Amino acid sequence: MATHLRANLPPLSLHVPEPKFRPGDAVDFASVDVPAAGATRRPDTADEARSFTDLAYGLVRVLDDENRAVGPWDPKLSPDTLRRMLRDMALVRAFDERMFRAQRQGKTSFYMKCTGEEAVSIGATAALDADDMCFPSYRQQGILLSRGCPMVDMMNQIYSNRGDKLQGKQLPIMYSEKRFGFFSISGNLTTQYPQAVGWAMASASKGDTRIAATWCGEGSTAEGDFHSALTFATVYRAPVIFNVVNNQWAISSFSGFAGAEATTFAARAVGYGIAGLRVDGNDALAVYAATEWAAERARTNQGPTLIEHFTYRAEGHSTSDDPSQYRSAGEPTAWPLGDPIRRLKDHLIALGEWDEERHAAQDKELAEAVKAAQKEAEQNGILGHGLHQPLDSLFDGVFEEMPWHLREQQAQMLAEEEASGRPWARK
Amino acid sequence: MSDSMTDTNDTSRMNMIQAINSAMDVVMARDPGVIVMGEDVGFFGGVFRATAGLQAKYGKTRVFDTPITECGIIGVAVGMGAYGLRPVPEIQFADYIYPALDQLVSEAARLRYRSGGEFTAPITVRSPFGGGIFGGQTHSQSPEGLFTHMSGIKTVIPSTPYDAKGLLIAAIEDNDPVIFFEPKRIYNGPFNGYWDKPAENWSKHPGGEVPGGYYRVELGKANVVREGEALTVLCYGTMVHVCQAVIAEAGIDAEIVDLRSLVPLDIETIEASVKKTGRCMIVHEATRTSGFGAELSALVQERCFYHLEAPIERVTGYDTPYPHSLEWAYFPGPVRIGEALKKIMKDA
Repeated sequence: MATHLRANLPPLSLHVPEPKFRPGDAVDFASVDVPAAGATRRPDTADEARSFTDLAYGLVRVLDDENRAVGPWDPKLSPDTLRRMLRDMALVRAFDERMFRAQRQGKTSFYMKCTGEEAVSIGATAALDADDMCFPSYRQQGILLSRGCPMVDMMNQIYSNRGDKLQGKQLPIMYSEKRFGFFSISGNLTTQYPQAVGWAMASASKGDTRIAATWCGEGSTAEGDFHSALTFATVYRAPVIFNVVNNQWAISSFSGFAGAEATTFAARAVGYGIAGLRVDGNDALAVYAATEWAAERARTNQGPTLIEHFTYRAEGHSTSDDPSQYRSAGEPTAWPLGDPIRRLKDHLIALGEWDEERHAAQDKELAEAVKAAQKEAEQNGILGHGLHQPLDSLFDGVFEEMPWHLREQQAQMLAEEEASGRPWARK
Repeated sequence: MSDSMTDTNDTSRMNMIQAINSAMDVVMARDPGVIVMGEDVGFFGGVFRATAGLQAKYGKTRVFDTPITECGIIGVAVGMGAYGLRPVPEIQFADYIYPALDQLVSEAARLRYRSGGEFTAPITVRSPFGGGIFGGQTHSQSPEGLFTHMSGIKTVIPSTPYDAKGLLIAAIEDNDPVIFFEPKRIYNGPFNGYWDKPAENWSKHPGGEVPGGYYRVELGKANVVREGEALTVLCYGTMVHVCQAVIAEAGIDAEIVDLRSLVPLDIETIEASVKKTGRCMIVHEATRTSGFGAELSALVQERCFYHLEAPIERVTGYDTPYPHSLEWAYFPGPVRIGEALKKIMKDA
């Protein structure tokens, strides 16, 4: 491969991003710009998208260092609402802990926690209406828990057992819960983005009042579907909220590989003519306030909003991942925006509406509720222990009606099973 | 045409574009959930005029232009389907469907299966396909084999205006995702493969007689366009007409089966025909290796092995990108089909 050097020009060089800290490095997040709580302005929901540049590079924060709610974005929620959000977030964490352990015990093949990101889904769901449609990625289990999806149903799916209404067809955590406005999760990243826009366009074209919300990680914003979704949304002013959960990591790739060295993810919205907000994703009140604002903008036909939730993925990407191989172990604790549950808890305590004893008692109660649900779910079986679905059900649902070629393959499978002495029945 | 369910009525002469336009008009009038979207389909009425007049009749919220993003068009259609609509997105040329493959294969095709039936994708993707028009590499392709290989999606290809309308109505009303490939070479007339002779139009062809109202041609049913005893020809789209012309010229008593839908496939008609004739020739424009002809050949071999009197012949596009200037060398036209016929009938 020949290079073509000209004497009067320096050679070009390729920039390959590199995270600040690797395993063993001391962590110092001083370079992360964290504006003071309450310092970011709250625009009118009808403002033009082009006026959002400062917000797209700023950070909406409500909870300050003294655990007070301050500034124009304070949603002024009642103590009951705050306690419910705190409880939901604690429930998500308890659920994650238990299911992570279940995977380690070999009861299922796979799990993904959202530790440190609980405020993103709980804050948003609390601000949406119950019938608004959510198009989540795989790390928004908080939506289901806060909308009241029975834990047993979620666990049945994780165990692919007799009670799994997805009939064991989906990888654990790829839930589908139409009754809770929770779209079927796909393994293919960001495909839900244009789908959410389509749902929102359909709602608008029918004169409905419901809106759509969708989530993806910062890594997934690099997918082409992200671009197509934002283009469609701006063209048709679709009533949709785009959430980008910037947790700094896409498996082992730091956010620089999605373009974060040069700009923010919220800033991308501005180029599309979409309102862009950047919020402290570990501040449940900021997430609530931004979602409430974006929902009002969507519901009044002012169009879409993109919210970047600036947060940190406190644990591994999944049960198949070991983050100590690519990042410093000191990062989660050094993260300047802290822990979302602790911050909301301390706020409620500062208000005199909560205390450590009640919190500890609630944690215990939630852990027991999760354990009880797990016990109940395991009555329906765990992965690998026996045949939980009829063998031939694997052909169900490919089409509305089974065509001849699937009926033939189904019959052949059953005949082979029988001819070989019914090995599946023996298990 | 006993497999159709015609309710009305007055027929008139239509070309395939008019028939396709009529199908969308009829379904949109019956079902307010049907919406049409795609590049240039709205005010302009489509680059092939297939959606002409629909926006004026049904309004901009039901027939609209889209940004030039195929993955967006299909992704948005899937979301609209999840809401409860019945979208009919257009991909301007089948050659440009690839950016939408992820949404089609990973999403539309699997949505029912992966959600336990909670969500479905009742979408019909219309797209002009096939060659014979000097379209070069990116206006001539026949990518049906990519879709027949994917479980959960149906693939339909009409060969006449009558079938185009009836099949498209059935596809739109079907609750599964359907890829509806329209052979653009025969939009205006039945092409017999003789590119150097004057083009025909649909005015004299029986398939150009199209009812004005609602009827369906059931998916999964082939059409035996010529009954015969000497061999079975399996084909679809433009190649139905080319095969008919070549067979007539050769004076061979062939049975010509227009498959009409590839998935689901009418295996009964295929099997009965090959068992009767003992010979099978498969003709498609798409490239040969791993093309749909390979699946047809395997099925015939498995099911009709003891009835076969000669090896199955496949006449297909070559395993090259679709060329511009050498189009008629590439296209499986009368010369190539004629040579294959001689080979398969050698010992008859």
